[in-house]
Amino acid sequence: MAQEQKQPRRSSESEESTTEVTETDVAERKEALDDDVDAILDEIDDVLETNAEDFVKSFIQKGGE
Amino acid sequence: MSVRRVMGTEIEYGISVVGQPMANPMVASSQVVNAYASATVRARRARWDFEEESPLRDARGFDMSRQVADPSQLTDEDLGLANVILTNGARLYVDHAHPEYSTPEVTSPLDVVRWEKAGDLVMLDAQRRAAQLPGGTAIVCYKNNTDGKGASYGAHENYLMRRATPFGDVVRHLTPFFVSRPVVAGAGRVGIGQDGRTRGFQISQRADFFEVEVGLETTLKRPIINTRDEPHADPEKYRRLHVIVGDANLAEVSTYLKVGTTSLVLAMIEDRFITTDLTVEGPVAGLRAISHDPTLRQTITLTDGRTVTGVQLQWEYLDLARKYVEDRYGSDADAQTLDVLARWESVLDRLERDPMLCAGELDWVAKLKLLEQYRQRDGLGWDDAKLALIDLQYADIRPEKGLYHRLAGAGRIERLLDDDAVEGAMHDPPTDTRAYFRGRCLEKFSSSVAAASWDSVIFDLPGRESLQRVPTIDPLRGSRAHVGDLLDSCESAEALVAALTR
Repeated sequence: MAQEQKQPRRSSESEESTTEVTETDVAERKEALDDDVDAILDEIDDVLETNAEDFVKSFIQKGGE
Repeated sequence: MSVRRVMGTEIEYGISVVGQPMANPMVASSQVVNAYASATVRARRARWDFEEESPLRDARGFDMSRQVADPSQLTDEDLGLANVILTNGARLYVDHAHPEYSTPEVTSPLDVVRWEKAGDLVMLDAQRRAAQLPGGTAIVCYKNNTDGKGASYGAHENYLMRRATPFGDVVRHLTPFFVSRPVVAGAGRVGIGQDGRTRGFQISQRADFFEVEVGLETTLKRPIINTRDEPHADPEKYRRLHVIVGDANLAEVSTYLKVGTTSLVLAMIEDRFITTDLTVEGPVAGLRAISHDPTLRQTITLTDGRTVTGVQLQWEYLDLARKYVEDRYGSDADAQTLDVLARWESVLDRLERDPMLCAGELDWVAKLKLLEQYRQRDGLGWDDAKLALIDLQYADIRPEKGLYHRLAGAGRIERLLDDDAVEGAMHDPPTDTRAYFRGRCLEKFSSSVAAASWDSVIFDLPGRESLQRVPTIDPLRGSRAHVGDLLDSCESAEALVAALTR
């Protein structure tokens, strides 16, 4: 992967397409990010205790130290 | 000194018996500790030796009388609660209503992380074993510091310091550091106020439970600087700084920076390197104010009139530490000291730009990011029970259920150590402190060890009328370099004691 990153960007791509490419990139990245967030939350949903209210109410501790 | 010194941590875990919210927590804690002890501690179980404990000794130079002490402060009385010493040199026991794990003495921040993480695995193993006992119930431990209903339990740090350092210097220079330290080392909490009645998120689990600046107590009127002074070492040379103001961390980088930066600040105090006065006006209120603002824009006022954010106050200490290390070591500084400095700077830089950039390293940011994602997706207000659940379940020590563990397992939170290193530390002691001697004795001669503590190992040997106490008063002796060959070559505890007392 380190090698891949070291490859210089090809400069043959025309200047005029730069802005367009950037916008598409941002949109794609945002979409990928949203998918990523969905994936995390789906995974967390699967393991979260089912009745949040009951669980929180019954988590009672005594002071310590 | 650098980030290196003799240090360790003590974690009290939250405990709950599944489906039985009113279950007696002392019983449950004992079940957990005893289940681990029965399964792993061979032969006789060495008891804790209380001889050197003096919990009412005050670093300011006087003893509190027993009559005025709260009963919860009398930790040196053997209450008959479960209490074992492990082969890794750690202590596993019941403290009040919580199972507690004290790491063995180590000498670097990364080793604190390693043996503290090993403690999480010990506790996980212990709760699983407790559930398998006849009539056993499912017990779950949580590495957090509050139930959100007014109760708090501690995650303490211990640092060995030079006795010659005036305690007033420690108070003066450490208080502003501790007031601001949560921006790096906070574990994050849903709810504001001791009982969490005000909705919202704050950076620290513990901040709301601190009420005074300096004091001996740990269970009531908690002080930012705790004065308990039991060095477990030569009291002429050393004090043990007992730090109670921190949160229990799951994220390895949080723990690493918490103890690494603190150790560096202590080194500067010992060497009288800090000449600027960073004293905070109203540190107790300042600690809370900083904790209550996860945007990190909250300012506090210094006695010199400046107003600074928590991150800016941390920058002051970082700048001093950089100069200190450069001044004392130049290019000879050790790798871990340089790593702590680099990570500290990197974290502060990103916290200043956008705290969310630290979601892959710091507990409070990781937790807040997850909470914000839920709030956005499900449209939840801060009073929604689901957010409080996420806060609690972040600290569930089970890899399959704990949200920290899910995030770390998916590569979303950085690890500093691999699983093998941490699992090894469940059984192996550190090699460079007296914990090595203690751990190896328990591993090799457990049937002959009657009791042990930080500063002794006591043998019960056949043919000897009295118990043989081997003092381990110097934390840096009893290391592998000192006694490794001897322990390897002795076939029996008698031979070992004979060689040591020759």
